[in-house]
Amino acid sequence: MRKLKRLAGAGLLLLLANVSISQPTFPENGVADPRHGHFAFTNATIVKDAGTTITNATMVVKDGKIVAVGSGLKIPAGAVEVDCKGKYIYPSFIDVYADYGIPQPQRTGGGGQFNPSQQPQLETATKGAYGWNQAIKSDAEAYRMFAVDDAKAKPLREAGFGTVLTHIKDGIARGTGAVVSLASEKENLVIIKERASAHYSFSKGTSTQSYPGSMMGMIALLRQTYLDAQWYKNKPAAEGLNLSLKAWNETQDLPQIFEAGDKWNNLRADRIGDEFGVQYIIKAGQNEYQRIKEMKGTNATFILPLNYPQAQDVEDPNDARFVSLQDMKHWEMAPANAAAFEKAGIPFCLTTADLRSVNQFWANLRKAMEYGLSENKVMEALTKTPAITLGIYDKVGSLEAGKLGNFLIANGPLFNEKTIILQNWVQGIKYTVKEDAASVAGTYSLTVTSLSGKETYTLDVKNASAVTMFAKDTLNSKFSFDGKLVKISYAPMTRRQRPVMNPGQMPDSVRRTGGGFPGRGGSGMEQALPVTATRLSGVSNGTEWNGTGTDSLGNPLTWTASLVKAAEAKTDSVKKKDVPALGKIVYPFEPFGWDESQQPKQENILIRNATVWTNEKEGVLQNTDVLIKNGKIAAVGKNLTEATARVIDGTGKHVTAGIIDEHSHIAAASINEGGQSVTSEVRIADNLNPDDINIYRQLSGGVTTSHILHGSANVIGGQTQLIKLRWGANDDDLKLKGWPGQIKFALGENVKRSNFSIPGGNNRYPDTRMGVEQVLIDAFTRAKDYQQDWKEYNTAKEKLIKEKKSTASLLAPRRDLELEALVEILEKKRFITCHSYVQSEINGAMEVANKMGYTVNTFTHILEGYKVADKMKKHGSFASTFSDWWAYKMEVEDAIPYNAAIMQKVGLTVAINSDDAEMARRLNHEAAKIVKYGGVTEEEALKMVTLNPAIMLHVDDKVGSLKVGKDGDVVLWSDHPLSIYAKSLYTIVDGTIYFDRQKDEQLQKEIDMERLRLVRKMNGEKRSGAPTIPAQPSYQIMHTCSDHGHSHGLLVIDADDITNE
Amino acid sequence: MRKIFIAISALFMIAANAQETVLPAKEQKGLLFIKNATIHVGNGKVIENGTIKIKDGKIEEVGANLPIPMDDVKVFDMKGKHVYPGLILPTSTLGLVEISSVRATQDSREIGDMNPNVRALVAYNTDSKVINTLRSNGVLLANVVPQGSFVAGSSSVVQLDAWNWEDAAYKTDAGIHVYMPSLMPRPSFGRFGGGGGGGPQAPQVDPVKEGLEKIEGLKSFFKEAKAYHAETAHEETNLKFEAVKGLFNKGQKLYVHANTVKQTLVALDFVKEFGFEVVLVGGSESYQVADLLKQNNVSVILQQPHSLPTGQDDDVDQPYKTAAALQKAGVLFAISDDDPQTRGRNLPFNAGTAAAYGLSKEEALAAISLNAAKIMGVADKTGSIEVGKDANIVVSEGDLLDMRTSNVTDAFIQGRKIDLTDKHKLLNEKYEQKYELKTKKGF
Repeated sequence: MRKLKRLAGAGLLLLLANVSISQPTFPENGVADPRHGHFAFTNATIVKDAGTTITNATMVVKDGKIVAVGSGLKIPAGAVEVDCKGKYIYPSFIDVYADYGIPQPQRTGGGGQFNPSQQPQLETATKGAYGWNQAIKSDAEAYRMFAVDDAKAKPLREAGFGTVLTHIKDGIARGTGAVVSLASEKENLVIIKERASAHYSFSKGTSTQSYPGSMMGMIALLRQTYLDAQWYKNKPAAEGLNLSLKAWNETQDLPQIFEAGDKWNNLRADRIGDEFGVQYIIKAGQNEYQRIKEMKGTNATFILPLNYPQAQDVEDPNDARFVSLQDMKHWEMAPANAAAFEKAGIPFCLTTADLRSVNQFWANLRKAMEYGLSENKVMEALTKTPAITLGIYDKVGSLEAGKLGNFLIANGPLFNEKTIILQNWVQGIKYTVKEDAASVAGTYSLTVTSLSGKETYTLDVKNASAVTMFAKDTLNSKFSFDGKLVKISYAPMTRRQRPVMNPGQMPDSVRRTGGGFPGRGGSGMEQALPVTATRLSGVSNGTEWNGTGTDSLGNPLTWTASLVKAAEAKTDSVKKKDVPALGKIVYPFEPFGWDESQQPKQENILIRNATVWTNEKEGVLQNTDVLIKNGKIAAVGKNLTEATARVIDGTGKHVTAGIIDEHSHIAAASINEGGQSVTSEVRIADNLNPDDINIYRQLSGGVTTSHILHGSANVIGGQTQLIKLRWGANDDDLKLKGWPGQIKFALGENVKRSNFSIPGGNNRYPDTRMGVEQVLIDAFTRAKDYQQDWKEYNTAKEKLIKEKKSTASLLAPRRDLELEALVEILEKKRFITCHSYVQSEINGAMEVANKMGYTVNTFTHILEGYKVADKMKKHGSFASTFSDWWAYKMEVEDAIPYNAAIMQKVGLTVAINSDDAEMARRLNHEAAKIVKYGGVTEEEALKMVTLNPAIMLHVDDKVGSLKVGKDGDVVLWSDHPLSIYAKSLYTIVDGTIYFDRQKDEQLQKEIDMERLRLVRKMNGEKRSGAPTIPAQPSYQIMHTCSDHGHSHGLLVIDADDITNE
Repeated sequence: MRKIFIAISALFMIAANAQETVLPAKEQKGLLFIKNATIHVGNGKVIENGTIKIKDGKIEEVGANLPIPMDDVKVFDMKGKHVYPGLILPTSTLGLVEISSVRATQDSREIGDMNPNVRALVAYNTDSKVINTLRSNGVLLANVVPQGSFVAGSSSVVQLDAWNWEDAAYKTDAGIHVYMPSLMPRPSFGRFGGGGGGGPQAPQVDPVKEGLEKIEGLKSFFKEAKAYHAETAHEETNLKFEAVKGLFNKGQKLYVHANTVKQTLVALDFVKEFGFEVVLVGGSESYQVADLLKQNNVSVILQQPHSLPTGQDDDVDQPYKTAAALQKAGVLFAISDDDPQTRGRNLPFNAGTAAAYGLSKEEALAAISLNAAKIMGVADKTGSIEVGKDANIVVSEGDLLDMRTSNVTDAFIQGRKIDLTDKHKLLNEKYEQKYELKTKKGF
């Protein structure tokens, strides 16, 4: 058993430097001093856990552990009694998301990620028998790196923490975390559980390797690593020793903690877990309240930080102009995040992580409580929940016999405004947080003896730094008491001086600014004393103080003071504040989002007497009605009736199917995974972003379906996702379900990185169109071998099963997500959309496809398609192009606006796409240009943005025309749909009106009102003295193809400009 | 004898020639008539069944019932067609940049912050393949503008049918271009920030202060330039001062490229302190200060109406509506199209969008013709179909501002009937031959 040889005496701070704990194996330098830290805390109110409070109780602690807790306990012999009358004892807090005692991660290697002017780093910079990716640091072990750091431990202890789970916050896989106490003792004794958790994140940390360079790349890397680790269990000879996978496997049984940090990222992480049977504990961010239902759906326990956005200085309307409603709303509501979790019944822990300083913890915690978080929940979230989550509830998290002596002593109920934590005992060792200022308070009689005789004064001590001193008259005085030493100085008051204001009378805002947690009373408002003031210095010997001093003339004196009457403990009179009034949560959390009362609902809609563009053999019908019922087109004809339908007069107006954009990059958290030339394992679907305002903007242009493509950074890019523009839906509900997937390929300048400015030139294969062909051939050659391996394995397995033999000896091939996607192409389960420009590369891509046995489903961009349209037709490709783009780079030098028309006339199915968040809302006009350039009919032109993209996306059974039974995706236009003067009046998806031009005007007014309210609220904060930061323009990241310029306005930043890969 | 040209563009069946064989048209001599047209004058008026009389390149008469002499004159019967003034692209790097990603073809941006003496005109390449594609949509003149980080140089107006830049020059060095510092904190993003996650961070330097200092530097430059021009003899010649002389006698205008309200308010200094004629280029936020612009006689070039709104909270259609707001306030404004992917050919459609969102069609036309001419100081020569001006005229089968109906069949620059062949039409022709396709509709 370990021995605690030295324990701090009551009232003294622990001085580590003097005597260190001896351990049996450690030689002693001096004389042994065995002690047991045996204490009995009596007469206390003990809160054993959030639900159990016992009054007038006793707790016995010995050898760092709790021996007994209860009322009416006998004080054991050998125990030092500590009288806790009027005090409250609580279990110390647990922070499950710390990096306490862990060295700061250091960056090694070069690599493009941090310095865009450097060449990409294609391989890991980590030396040794580790895995291929530098960001997978599953072998990291916090307990091996851990070193006690009292400077870091102290603020945590003072905030009430006794135990933390610490780990190195570096990498996508971060290895194990260790539970350690915050005692400033030798590491051997402080580490409570060396491997307590395994950690993951969506951040590469110090990895300088190019891959993964995107959110979806990280997700793919994690998925592949789970598969590889599974495969590695059979010790495949081809892999040799892989310490990363070995460590990964060894840590899977631990609690798995994922730092996701954002509402959508939380869902992304949880889905990875679901796929591999792992329930992550999710380290959240600040914005989960915006999607609390989805958070609940994860079934995860969350770790919630308590940092909030700062108020901005928006006094200047021209500065306020660029601060978005979303940012202001988030500022207002973020403190309610934890309360939202409680209300939703989602288990969570609280952490000090992400705070600018641990000192903010209490202020921010109180703010969360002000916004509705209950005391009980706080207690649970800081003690029991983390302990249970980490499987250490047998050691910490409540006050019970056998657990560690980690507890707080406070001078009142912990969450009362004026309560302060006096001591935080960790492993039975006392750490004084704050002297009990209340205990010194009272009336004292002061007697000063000097050459001139005795003088008597009355001292009215308010707390450790405030006193009122008087004889006949009140004196100007100054006082300080540190628990032992007393200092008093005084002088007669001058006439101009007024009575001193003491800290107890100060407004809360002033009192609480000094660091934010209990007990940090401010001072410093005293009147200056003259240099001639009498100065006293002494020591408290309990209720009597004795000391010496110097009088106003410089003569020595002695003094004593005795307690006449202790101050009566005041009950905390602070009233519980009302939860502040907050704006509404809207879906999505964006301007033009809807609150629950305004949610657009599916309805039966009858549009009457319009010009109807059917895209079917009926062609364009005049004076015709369209009925949408139960989300589907129910009828197209004359004089339709439907009693349940909302009737819209279409007289003089036009109805078309919703516009479908074959090539879009909206609504995704990342678009390009350029870390490698083949990244078929990444999926846009993994990182949809339903909060993109461009969803709404495009609805206003009649778009109902968008094909979200991976960018063109590499030859074989990622898997695409088809979405419907269901504004306000979550990421999963955006998806158009039941379509065969597609994948993005790219050729030419972008994949060669011809237009990159990389010093020393491109170092990623390929650098020429010759190399592009070889990348394709190589990828599909590997895919075919892979397909064959699995075929053989499955045949052999079936045979064994048929023969009723064991399949145990049969090893499955390694599952490879990259090749799996390519096999899907070979098996016609996944279709290609291929970014392409010049005729040579188009020919080349088709030849490789023919050779390998697949078809290039769609050539997208395809600006030289007109040169090889006959060959494309023969190959069986579709074409999706721009109307009139050209001359923005060398490979579009021969692009012509007649391209679409020529291809159409040769017999190809042609679409016009946007590849641009702005142009997408004018796709009907882009289609009109094909009438202008090349003279296709107006009906054919309209099909290029409706039916034709549906065909190439293999969803023409669902969308693309006004045919009975298809989805109710319909646009009512004010004018001829190809005319520049046409506007969408209603954009309907699945029979739900998601854009209504009249309602849009109303929403705009509401946005202005809400902005005004929040600007005033922020200004109010500023005027009330709260700190503000300068107004921060709400810049938005726009993801693009990395192919060409865009006109996106002042506040839009191209994602490529901030992330090199 | 009276020669009648029936303008059917499909008759321009040019064999698969390279654009290199498209010749600038010869000087127009004598009389030329365009008749039976709907004439969109450019100043808001429309003349039905109108006739335009052109003599030696100038418009001599315009009206509904002009007599046409039975003389040896050229007469173009434009029955059923629409006739417009030649459109003017008010800001462009036309002829300075051929392929924007190929450095060797970029001549729009000189090194340094203070380049008032740099002249865009001298780099204007009349053989750029882009030029003819603009003519095909009715753009007959362009203001060729240098780009830069601060004071970029001077712009010149060119007409788009010339052998070389000297022939093309329509108004030389008449604009000095200043690209205003942003006066906004720069963004700081973490990677992969989700909506609302991660708070913004305070910037390191105050960009407003930094920008204002830069602008103060420019004002000092102008003060010294003014003093320089006040002296009769100089100790030495200062090319930069010389280059801005016109600003002080209204021979030149100061084009300030700026968008935000703060930038715009600062730009008013150039009006107040120096009495310059200021043109705001960009102007995405100009609708918020329209009355101040009007009061200070600042005109605006809206660079790209086909843009997304500035902020998420903005009216989804704000960029489309800004022109109407300026019109309402009485601000002189023009519309431009600087889309790098289409290079200006969609100028009429940017105006068309403004017409869909609050301008009348004739106001929208003025924004790309007469207003632009006024801003560029060439309204005495072009911008409308009015007597005394150059016969810069576009003929379209339908509404020129709507891509659905726009089909330019003929165009005249200084009365010269220009060849509307462009690289794209030629490639179209080439491949129509390859596939033996017949056009249903001409170019």
